[in-house]
Amino acid sequence: MTPNLNLWLIPILPLAGAALNGLWGRRSSRQAVTTVALVFSGAAFAMALWVAARFSSIPLPYQEFLAHWIRSGTFGADFAFYLDQLSLVMLLVVTGVGFLIHIYSVGYMWDDPSYYRFFAYLNLFMFFMLTLVLANNYLLMFIGWEGVGLASYLLIGFWFTKDSAASAGKKAFIVNRIGDFGFLISLFLLIQHFGSLTFEQVFHSIAPMSPETAGAGVLTAVGLLLMVGACGKSAQIPLYVWLPDAMEGPTPVSALIHAATMVTAGVYMVARSHVIFERAPMALTVVAVIGTLTAFFAATIGMAQTDIKKVLAYSTVSQLGYMFMACGVGAFSAGIFHLMTHAFFKGLLFLAAGSVIHAVGGEQDMRKMGGLRTKIPLTFWTMTAGTLAIAGIPGLAGFFSKDEILWRVYQASWIYWVVGIVTAFLTSFYMFRLWFLTFFGEYRGDADGTAGEHGHAAHHADRRHGHAAIHESPPVMLAPLAILAILSVVGGYVGVPGSLGGGNRFDKFLDPVFRSTMPALNTQQNAPGETNPPEQQTEGTEPQTSHATELVFTGISVAAAVLGFGLAWTFYYRDPQLPERVATDLDGLYDAVVHKYYIDELYGEVFVKPLVEGSTRILWQGVDQNLIDGTVNNSAQAARHVSDETRHMQSGNLRSYAGWIAAGSAAIIAFMIWMGVGQ
Amino acid sequence: MVPLSYYLLLSSILFACGVAGFLIKRNIITIFMSIELMLNGVNLSFVAFAAHWHRLSGQVFVFFVMVVAAAEAAVGLAIIISVYRTRETLNVDQVNLLKL
Repeated sequence: MTPNLNLWLIPILPLAGAALNGLWGRRSSRQAVTTVALVFSGAAFAMALWVAARFSSIPLPYQEFLAHWIRSGTFGADFAFYLDQLSLVMLLVVTGVGFLIHIYSVGYMWDDPSYYRFFAYLNLFMFFMLTLVLANNYLLMFIGWEGVGLASYLLIGFWFTKDSAASAGKKAFIVNRIGDFGFLISLFLLIQHFGSLTFEQVFHSIAPMSPETAGAGVLTAVGLLLMVGACGKSAQIPLYVWLPDAMEGPTPVSALIHAATMVTAGVYMVARSHVIFERAPMALTVVAVIGTLTAFFAATIGMAQTDIKKVLAYSTVSQLGYMFMACGVGAFSAGIFHLMTHAFFKGLLFLAAGSVIHAVGGEQDMRKMGGLRTKIPLTFWTMTAGTLAIAGIPGLAGFFSKDEILWRVYQASWIYWVVGIVTAFLTSFYMFRLWFLTFFGEYRGDADGTAGEHGHAAHHADRRHGHAAIHESPPVMLAPLAILAILSVVGGYVGVPGSLGGGNRFDKFLDPVFRSTMPALNTQQNAPGETNPPEQQTEGTEPQTSHATELVFTGISVAAAVLGFGLAWTFYYRDPQLPERVATDLDGLYDAVVHKYYIDELYGEVFVKPLVEGSTRILWQGVDQNLIDGTVNNSAQAARHVSDETRHMQSGNLRSYAGWIAAGSAAIIAFMIWMGVGQ
Repeated sequence: MVPLSYYLLLSSILFACGVAGFLIKRNIITIFMSIELMLNGVNLSFVAFAAHWHRLSGQVFVFFVMVVAAAEAAVGLAIIISVYRTRETLNVDQVNLLKL
């Protein structure tokens, strides 16, 4: 007898919070809004923990049926939930990090006039995200997928009176639509070929199929289209452009949605669809290549950004690239592992960045920071933990997950590995650059820390502090920072690889999800020498010889991280004039990087401008004004002209009427005579 | 015996005179008289046909027309007097209060 977990409560709780705050928050006090928001998101986290605690006693995968939704012939999609190791990891990450960020937001948003609205949106986001990860079919997942897009739009444009925020929200929404279009078409393909969208049924019908190595078939098409969707949501090339702009939203939003959870939905979706991808080698290669390219390019852009949040945004894009890289070589559990650790340290980095911004009164330009180490020590130390973690310093979360990915991609192709190592070096460089610029040297901002050039202070939560000196954030913001810092430090120990004496428990934990459905003829993503059981089992059972190799690779990636640190130290601590000189020397390249390779401009010219022009010229002026309005207006004009002429008949002159009657009668009589009446 | 066509010709000449008078004249009383002329033109054709076919129904019709014409004359003249009292004119072109 399967125990009833009442999984449906987990997404419903934040929804209830969102409804309460959204409907009555305006009239309630801040304390009441806080209570509602925290209690409901906290309850969801508690539920998730409770589920995790009982996890070993549940037969997996656990499914829960809530209600019928669509029934049409043999096709059906229900409100039903699906729990396995993969969704449990996502569940804990989303509720856990989400809850921490809720707490943080209490401090960060306290002075915002739309405090209640913020929490209503945030809870709404939690609801959709949990629907996404718990759905048992693609359609329900799609609902969550669209819902988080909506929540993201609302929260990016939270300060909608600011033009840049409103257009950033629009941009995110529209770019995501492109990806969702691909996702939707892949769903149609699945319905057409397998007659179902339920994970269980789809994967069951796909499982006996052999990989489409020879040519591209339906699975390749579905995989590629799913990847289009993932590219949109998870900000991969070519659809990554929305994420850096999304930093217009409040910083907790950047942490929760645009770093820890929503943007990883694409990775989750690809991992969830691993049965499809494993049988579509071409699609998988595309995933890997896109991930690799994105990781590298976003990292290079991140090197030259001056906005503290933009650096982190490009870093997020780059780290998501790592996750796709891992998925692309079939190392789904490594991708999910990095997803989890990334949620910890990137959430932490964003929140710490928010704390820095809070401290200096809304300033986001790193060139106007500096020397904050002693002024906001707790923020400094937590940020340090996050920086070390993402840079891949041994012993911290990012080290284990990134190293695992690099090791696994090397087994697929050394090219991925080389790019990955270079990216790791770049990552370390731009993160320590941020670190040095923000916390070391002399303070370069306005002495009193008033509004920065971005004008955020006008809306900013810390308006109250606009005139105050630089100060540490309140405890309610520091507590989540501390917890996330601890997680960033220790979070990696669930997946210590065999080469370092660990058992890679994380990989083993996810093993049942990814192994159970591996294709029988698995030849493609495996390292040479590995036959059966397939690669998901690697680290733990590998022969000792490869441990040495793996250790060498670990050493190389650590060296890359240290090198990045050294370079950043040289550039931004020892010799602060050096960056300018280098920038002048590498004029063209530096310019391109600062302007993000002019991708926004390129998209603007190639896609946006023709669309706007086409809409203006053809659809608006051509079709709407000329054709539709023209038809209506011209027929009205014509009727008016005819009436203008004919109204002279009705002069109001009695005798002219009589004349018309007489003439008409005469005409009728003449006609009747001419026709010969009565014959 | 006078042929039927003569009567009908006279009748239509009378009717045409009535129509012409109705259209040309501006004085209400003249217009009124023109209407009478038209009615009597029609009456003439009725009795001519009645005599020609030896049927009485045409003559009965004429009586009816005369009765209606008499009633109409009573009402019409009353209206004309009333119009003259308020407007102090009998020109139909000036009786145009309902015109825009």
